[in-house]
Amino acid sequence: MIVLENIVKSYPNGVGAINGISLHIERGEFVFIVGDSGSGKSTLIKLLLKELEPTEGVLRVNGMNLSRMKKQNIPKYRRKIGCVFQDFRLLKDRNVYENVAFAQRVIVTPTREIKKNVPAMLSLVGLAEKYKCYPRQLSGGEQQRVALARALVNSPDILLADEPTGNLDPKISREIMKLLEEINARGTTVLVVTHDQDIVNTLKKRVIRMQKGLIVGDERESGYIG
Amino acid sequence: MRLSTIGYCLQQGFKNIWRNKLFSLASMATMAACIFMFGIFFCVVQNFQHLVKEVEEGVAITVFFEEGTEEDMMIQVAKDLQTRTEVREIVFVDADETWKSYQKIYFKDAPELAEGFANDNPLANHAHLEIYMKDVSLQQDLVDYILSIDQVKKVNRSDTVAEMLTGFNRLVSYVSVLIIALLLAVSVFLISNTVAIGISVRKEEIAIMRLIGAKNSFIKAPFLTEGITIGVIGAAIPLLVLYYLYNRIILYMALEFNMLSSVLNFLPVNELFHILMPIGMALGVGIGLFGSVFTVQRHLKV
Repeated sequence: MIVLENIVKSYPNGVGAINGISLHIERGEFVFIVGDSGSGKSTLIKLLLKELEPTEGVLRVNGMNLSRMKKQNIPKYRRKIGCVFQDFRLLKDRNVYENVAFAQRVIVTPTREIKKNVPAMLSLVGLAEKYKCYPRQLSGGEQQRVALARALVNSPDILLADEPTGNLDPKISREIMKLLEEINARGTTVLVVTHDQDIVNTLKKRVIRMQKGLIVGDERESGYIG
Repeated sequence: MRLSTIGYCLQQGFKNIWRNKLFSLASMATMAACIFMFGIFFCVVQNFQHLVKEVEEGVAITVFFEEGTEEDMMIQVAKDLQTRTEVREIVFVDADETWKSYQKIYFKDAPELAEGFANDNPLANHAHLEIYMKDVSLQQDLVDYILSIDQVKKVNRSDTVAEMLTGFNRLVSYVSVLIIALLLAVSVFLISNTVAIGISVRKEEIAIMRLIGAKNSFIKAPFLTEGITIGVIGAAIPLLVLYYLYNRIILYMALEFNMLSSVLNFLPVNELFHILMPIGMALGVGIGLFGSVFTVQRHLKV
């Protein structure tokens, strides 16, 4: 599903964010990527979203070589990847329903489909009754659920979560992780970048540890090793 | 693109205008001012050209023939000349009419003096053609051609009037092109600024759109809608105001300056706005579209 072969990413100022990593992630896996700030975790997410180009190496997702992907095909590729972020990135001037429907409108889904899919997705994340609320009227956990609903409504193959619990208290964080597990159980490959030791230790999933742009550990059913 | 998506993009474009109300209003106002100035200028230029055309049409070339040329031959020459594109009208004035009009001018105070010539027309060899042109700037070419005809003895014309009218027309054209170009540049700059503000306000939304997989056209469409809407409103308002004002002005001039009616002959409002309305609206839409396309390409780089 996701294959990285000797990936190097250096910025124009010469700083190397990723210094040659290789990695295989199978379809349906749940993987934590952990590491200190500046270890290259977020750069990896950006490479997978094709926001950045690797300086060297081959990056394949679903059999597609991202380096060879034409510019006009990038939107189509991104539609198969859902993403959530620490800061939720919701549209503040639109309510819960509109935020989720927005993802469907972007991919030109017919309105009748949107009317069916969005409530279903909001039920999945437990926000069916708050569909009229605006982000400012929701707690952090609820906002992250909306972001998750938006990421999942287009049925992506892969879900990328960059510090999804970074702004949430432990109880809410556990709820969000439970949701991610459910999503993974439905067949979606989930990659979670996190600092949260408790969550990593509780879930016992595959953990890839990064340091200074290199993979220094890759263990199945592991815990957080600082 | 689906109809519902087009509807959504249009809706977002209108929302953009509402979100940046003040800037949108400022843009519309400045656009309206530009189109208003353009409209005034257009009205003045069109009326001036109308006036010049009327003067041009009144300028005649007079063609005299060699002694002994038959009237049939003169009429044949007139027919030949009538086929030329620059010629609007040719009037054949025979010897009798020439003498009559001469009498009207020179013997109007003492008609009895002309009675001595009752049976002997002193202008018997002065039958002539009066040629009225469509475009007075082509006078020289026509005169050269006429002088090359064997039977023609002399051509009378007014070089000064022709040159003055041609020169004036050219000057008006140059000035109008310059002013229109300046107005267009100012309008494009203003629309471009409004759209750029819209883009900076919606930077986050655009970033989210990209991550979700929106196509460039989907991201750009609301901004293009915004630009075109500002252009349409910014053009429609001044055009309607101008229509009303122009109507009032020509009515006022007709009532208050009745004695100038033979000199100041304004174009009728419908005839003028038949041209100005589509040009003004096309300018509004064009400037709006160009301003937004230009800014979207520069700022979004999608």
